Amino acid sequence: MQIDLNILVVERDKTKAHEIIDALMDGGWNNVTVISSPTALERTVKDLDPDIILIDLANPDRDTLEHLGQVANARNRPVAMFVDQTDEVMTQAAISAGLSAYVVNGLQKDRIKPVLETAIARFRMVEKMQSELDAAKQALSDRKMIDRAKGLLIRARGISEDEAYGLLRKTAMDQGRKVIDVATALVTAAELLQ
Amino acid sequence: MKMTQVRCGYLPLVDCAPLIIAKELKFAAQEGLDLTLVKQPSWSSLRDMLAFGQIDFAHMLSPMPVAMSLGLGGVARDIDVLMVLSANGTIVGVSADLDRRMQETGWSNTFDDPSAASQAIFAAGGKPVRIGVPFPFSMHRMLLETWLSQAPEYSEDRIEIVTVPPTKMADAMQDGDLDMFCVGEPWGSVAVQQSGATLILPGSRVWEFSPEKVLGVQRSWASQNPKHCHAMIRSIYKAARWLAQPENIPLAVEILARSQHLDLPDHAIDPALSGQFITKHGQTPEQMDRFIVFHQGAANFPWRSQACWIADILSRWHSLDRDAARQIAQACFRSDIYREALLPIGIDLPAASQKIEGTMAGPTTVVSTMGQMILGPDRFFNGAVFDFDAP
Repeated sequence: MQIDLNILVVERDKTKAHEIIDALMDGGWNNVTVISSPTALERTVKDLDPDIILIDLANPDRDTLEHLGQVANARNRPVAMFVDQTDEVMTQAAISAGLSAYVVNGLQKDRIKPVLETAIARFRMVEKMQSELDAAKQALSDRKMIDRAKGLLIRARGISEDEAYGLLRKTAMDQGRKVIDVATALVTAAELLQ
Repeated sequence: MKMTQVRCGYLPLVDCAPLIIAKELKFAAQEGLDLTLVKQPSWSSLRDMLAFGQIDFAHMLSPMPVAMSLGLGGVARDIDVLMVLSANGTIVGVSADLDRRMQETGWSNTFDDPSAASQAIFAAGGKPVRIGVPFPFSMHRMLLETWLSQAPEYSEDRIEIVTVPPTKMADAMQDGDLDMFCVGEPWGSVAVQQSGATLILPGSRVWEFSPEKVLGVQRSWASQNPKHCHAMIRSIYKAARWLAQPENIPLAVEILARSQHLDLPDHAIDPALSGQFITKHGQTPEQMDRFIVFHQGAANFPWRSQACWIADILSRWHSLDRDAARQIAQACFRSDIYREALLPIGIDLPAASQKIEGTMAGPTTVVSTMGQMILGPDRFFNGAVFDFDAP
């Protein structure tokens, strides 16, 4: 039953795109196409004639899809799934997961729902992984910057590492700033003075 | 004073200046609002965020609230317009190739002649002209159609209007995906610098006083939070009035360039605010008065006649009943809330809430709540006049 659904995924990020394809394939939908290039969107929709289009809520190319939905008498008009607001829970879930979907050929609702549920779940997971990864990267780069600032203080003032960190922290507290901001300012200033 | 947190969505365009000034120069704080500006990647996304309560206010294309209230597009909702944020401010440009073909027909670019330009566009021949606009429900598309459809050579199959996000307009021109565009600044000027486009016409030459961006809000939210709506209107009104002082423009450019909200360099912001445009690579700037209007001529007043003008076009596009559409549209443009917000603080307002659109050839004196005020000009390029009270 599910196999004949033609699904188009618009996603620039390769890893994320693969995750979504895998999830949909696992769910039994094998007819999944991914495009990353926005300029091809209009043509792809015309040529591929998908039943459903999944696109990141934050993707600016959504406006192009909305326009295609406005063209009168077009054979394949993508219609935002928000139009059908009978399922408020699903709509809210999609929005908080950052996913939007467009239904093209007046597809029946009971056939859309499982696709969306699968995609929403995977979107959430990818998003969470992404934000965890970003947070980890940020923490690492913050620590490097603070270490450099400590190093500068140790050399310039002949104090210990603990004292250097204490000085950074005290300055940050006195000025109502974050330790990382004080550290960055110090490193930037030192670079300029070199 | 206890501060109220409000969130306003926007797209990073120069015409969101009143919002940024209201925040940065503390006009919002003075009204008790802790205003957070939330950047959105697309008009669809901004619309969804407003409809699903993720933001309280939104910087919207003027036809969007009307379209949503009429049930058109991706999300249907009752959305009200509390005020107009800016009048005019769109710009039309053509690709280097179309520019050359237009010149071969004997046209020369004066940057102010809609009729000569449309004649040259159609005389240039070739395939249908592919034109990019930022959103299907935009003043850009309405002005383009109003303008081009008047050309004697026009027929529907001579043009193809497609939606391209503003940030990608220059790229689409460069890729040869578009022959022409109508967009808000800075993206017109960016297309000149980046893809060799030529600016041929400001939107204000099609209609001298078109409502471009508006402050949208969910009707249900507005009725539950009248005080927040009033405070927001007052703070943006004061910001717009500040922006209208010519001596403040250099500082405004500086503030907009430095604020993280736009993420644009000052040379990208300057043309729209100063009215000085470089229409083609290597040429000297041209001065365009009233390119964008934030305050003058009661620019922030949400005229019910503007709502009717928008409703007429939407009902034509979507085969709706014209009178029913006008009624719904008029109810969206909340001149009543606007008056409630500004009358108590002694602001002079127009006595009427609608006007005959297209009659004022220059600054014109009209009756106001405190005596007299000056409106206009508001003509259409072809002299069209819209009297929505006419039977």
